[in-house]
Amino acid sequence: MLSAFWIVLKRDLLLALRRRNEVFTVLFFFIVVISLFPLGVGVEEKILTKIAPGIVWIAALLASTLALDRLFSSDFEDGTLEQLLLTPHSLSVMVFAKIVAHWLLTGLPLVLIAPLVGLLYQIPVDSIAVMMLVLLLGTPVLSMIGAIGAALTLGLRGGGVLLSFLVLPLYIPVLVYGAGAISASMAQGVSIQPYLLLLSAFMILSLIFAPWATAAALKISIE
Amino acid sequence: MTLQVNNLQCIRGDRELFSGLSFALQQKQLLMLEGANGSGKTTLLRTLCGLYLQEQGDILWDGVSIRKLDDQYRQELLYLGHYNAIKMDLTALENLRINTLLGGYNPGDNALMQALDAIGLFGFEDYPTRQLSQGQKRRVALARLLVSKQKLWILDEPFVALDVAAVELLQNIIAAHVDAGGMAILTTHQEVPLTTGAVKRLRLGEKQGVLADA
Repeated sequence: MLSAFWIVLKRDLLLALRRRNEVFTVLFFFIVVISLFPLGVGVEEKILTKIAPGIVWIAALLASTLALDRLFSSDFEDGTLEQLLLTPHSLSVMVFAKIVAHWLLTGLPLVLIAPLVGLLYQIPVDSIAVMMLVLLLGTPVLSMIGAIGAALTLGLRGGGVLLSFLVLPLYIPVLVYGAGAISASMAQGVSIQPYLLLLSAFMILSLIFAPWATAAALKISIE
Repeated sequence: MTLQVNNLQCIRGDRELFSGLSFALQQKQLLMLEGANGSGKTTLLRTLCGLYLQEQGDILWDGVSIRKLDDQYRQELLYLGHYNAIKMDLTALENLRINTLLGGYNPGDNALMQALDAIGLFGFEDYPTRQLSQGQKRRVALARLLVSKQKLWILDEPFVALDVAAVELLQNIIAAHVDAGGMAILTTHQEVPLTTGAVKRLRLGEKQGVLADA
């Protein structure tokens, strides 16, 4: 079971290594959206710092939906997905490996680039650390919820647009508590612990259910 | 080992493709599936794999439903569909390695290289499959057959895009598999001359039914 996880994970990372542009698209999209806001709303420090948490998260949500649509569709088109279904391994495990690979390629880079955003929006250093932490907790949830949507819309015409409609509303809790945690860390005397606990709860919940639900959706989509 | 199909009915969309289909396949037997385009050959094969759910009827492997056997059945099954199921950005060797590893066994790189050489890809093992021709891509997919340990091969139009030499090679591979106690089901418009072992024929469409065993 573990071996199937590693084989699929290694395969997806190797494929990404051969087509680096898909990874960089997500990262550049994130950076471009982030850097457009100061141009639009002006460079007044107070406003920028205040809206920064929301902007970071909205940019992260949009960036992560960008690559979702390719999560299963490329495997679907060349027939490797049906071969995955026919291997004597649990589909949930292999799906989880694909989600982990997706997060490593699209979620983790956003976490790592976050300090740059912090500098741009003049966020205090302590809050930058909090921002990285909540992104680390929240982006896996985005990948996992997104995977369910990607599996459900697999093979549909115009699936990409439908996918955004489907998953963006489901991202709202992560947006609210993720942005809330960063704002709270900038305010005086507000604890960020409840935010972190809730985000961790989302992550654990999606860890348990998302691979299973995605596998079930894939079986329906293949049929 | 037997594959038994009882009273199978398949419906795609709202069109009934076939119903009341029954046959059995033993070791050392090859089943040739015939029928016009759109008569449900691919649907039958995918149903036998468990990818599609049948409307009615049972598919039994050694007397147990394939749904119940689940991964135990898939352990014995090798399916090759219309798609080659290879990644264009990976090399022939990497594709073959991943496909066999996912199939549940690790023959080692030497055996994989030998399989690729035997299938006529000598010197192309380390090219990204994107750069190979259609026939060569098909050969990459077919190389799995040479290292497979699965008993039941289900091949959908395996001869498509192959040149004369490769067709003959594949015929020999299938014949050797069946002779060694394997089972194979294929759809093709090509004859597969087998030296030993029995060839069954099944026709889908208007005159549906098992034809006389050859």
